[in-house]
Amino acid sequence: MMIKRLLLVLALVAALAFVVAGCGDANDSSSGDSGAAASSDGGSKEVSGNSAGAGSSAQDAAMQAWIAGLQSTSPDATVSYDPVGSGGGREQFVSGGVDFAGSDSALADDELKGAQDRCGGPDNLIEIPVYVSPIAVIYNVPGVDTLQLSPETAAKIFNQKITNWNDAAIAADNPDAKLPDLRISPVNRSDESGTTANFTDWLSQAAPKDWTYPPDGNWPVKGGEAAEGTSGVVDAVKNGKGTIGYADESQAGELGVAKIKVGSEYVAPSADAAAAVLDKSKESTDAGKYVFTFTLDRKVEGTYPVTLVSYQIACTKYDSADKGALVKALYSYIISPEGQDAAAKNAGSAPISDQLRQQIQPAVDAIGSGS
Amino acid sequence: MSEAEFDTLDAIAVRTPTGRRGDKIFAGTATSAAVLILAVLAGVAIFLIVEAWPAVTADGKDISGGKGLISYIAPLAFGTLLAAGIACLVAIPLAISVALFISHFAPPRLAQPLSYIIDLLAAIPSVIYGLWGVAVLGPASVTIQGWLADHVSWIPFFKGPASATGRTMLVAGLVLAVMILPIITAVARSVFTQTPRQLQEAALSLGATRWEMIRMTVLPFGKSAMISASMLGLGRALGETMAVAIVLSVSGDVTFNLISSANPSTIAAHIALDFPESSGIDVNALIAAGLVLFAVTLVINMAARAVINREVRY
Repeated sequence: MMIKRLLLVLALVAALAFVVAGCGDANDSSSGDSGAAASSDGGSKEVSGNSAGAGSSAQDAAMQAWIAGLQSTSPDATVSYDPVGSGGGREQFVSGGVDFAGSDSALADDELKGAQDRCGGPDNLIEIPVYVSPIAVIYNVPGVDTLQLSPETAAKIFNQKITNWNDAAIAADNPDAKLPDLRISPVNRSDESGTTANFTDWLSQAAPKDWTYPPDGNWPVKGGEAAEGTSGVVDAVKNGKGTIGYADESQAGELGVAKIKVGSEYVAPSADAAAAVLDKSKESTDAGKYVFTFTLDRKVEGTYPVTLVSYQIACTKYDSADKGALVKALYSYIISPEGQDAAAKNAGSAPISDQLRQQIQPAVDAIGSGS
Repeated sequence: MSEAEFDTLDAIAVRTPTGRRGDKIFAGTATSAAVLILAVLAGVAIFLIVEAWPAVTADGKDISGGKGLISYIAPLAFGTLLAAGIACLVAIPLAISVALFISHFAPPRLAQPLSYIIDLLAAIPSVIYGLWGVAVLGPASVTIQGWLADHVSWIPFFKGPASATGRTMLVAGLVLAVMILPIITAVARSVFTQTPRQLQEAALSLGATRWEMIRMTVLPFGKSAMISASMLGLGRALGETMAVAIVLSVSGDVTFNLISSANPSTIAAHIALDFPESSGIDVNALIAAGLVLFAVTLVINMAARAVINREVRY
């Protein structure tokens, strides 16, 4: 009796093992033909293999669209992206754990050295801006449908120097609005984020006398309402009264969005105005032929300066030719007009301009052919 | 000794070798399981100490905040204890009352479903509690917190100004209380039902009322179990991450003000919020905060164990 039961259990286990092995084999055989590697030229040549990336969570929605786009032309290609955060992505790239990384800020000096070593030389490192997203200043004030803010007023609001909506400074920016007697509740991010870094960068560039903190991924002012993630900030602004916050424009939903003063006119967030910030900004003269990082000039007229610019970091050569071809195909799609439109549709980002695309195309072309 | 008994003894003596092997295997498995648990605990402690060491020995200016590791962790530890304190203050009396109701006051047909429902509370993921706190409890508490800030702001706990979204330490403590309620109730209830019937009937026969009977027999009998249940709940409240990270508005330092937007974070929530974007020495500082939480939980549990052992020995 016991032996019969034991044999039955063994038979079940063996059957299960065969089933699992069979399924695994099926997967392997369909993606195992990586012998048919793509040649380095030809944009629509199929690529295959696996690649892993990690980094910025702001790029996550766009990255999913880009991976889907790549897989529609190359079904054998498997790309994974772990939105662990910009810091984690950069660290994993420098240590060799991932093939490419997404980052909301450029590599710091010590990270730059490590990344250059990982890729085998300063000219083998690629750092290109691929994701541009406007940051909207959202607010929830009953009776106020349109709001205009100058950088100085915004700095004082988020600094908690202006505490009521009917303050004279806000009325000066909005001569037609009926501002209520309501306490202002500024909402910020409680987690370290690229959105905060870009927002504080704008405040310190455009209103240096009123905003004295250096740009930082951690919100520097204590006492405001802090929420986790973009959705947390949007929820906090929506659920409160007299709240004002900053979040990715694509998530603003029905909330009111403020127009920001640049120079002498008030600009609303839009894809073109946000992408224009990059075109008018100076490229940092970094070490490396293919490193295109920008110090954004957030005071140029006609642009929407409160913008997040996110980078992709990769090498020009990898251990296997297949991997190089796969990363090149991915990046070619990312910077192509179709890829940028797919990201715009999926994530609400602003497509990069043709001028920028021409500038960074050589970096993508160099992948896979590094010496 | 009769003939049959000698035969039985012989039979047992013959059977002993296999019996002893089975004993040895079972004893060995149990021992290795215990050793494994201790090894894992030691491994975690060693990992925490090793990874936190660079932050302990680093220059004070390198730690985020620029004032050294202790002033980085102290507000977090304060926030953790404050949130857990509010949760326990609310949950423990409530849970004991619910357990007493289920074991002594409820009709049997109500007691069973009520137990199921309380246990269901424990099955809800903590993220859901966080979202419920932000979307329902927070906004619902805005008027009450506003009233507190207007009328009793002389009490340091309610100094105000009241938060506009309700995401305060008070609400976070209440959410934690709801989360630890089922744990405490389940353990307390199981011990209350085991109170010897003789003790209870003796108290009743001496003329005690229902409540006096419970106070004289059930509660003293279950005291050590109530303490260990509370410690379980406190442990969960100390380590709760996602619910606090979502509900709490983290933008202040050490303060007893429960109804404003400027609250200190808790250690677990702070690690969850900051770890993804951290690198270098900041990661070590976060792990040092985790080590402090580990030590605090260990100390509280040991103190609870000491109290329980003292109670049992009368």
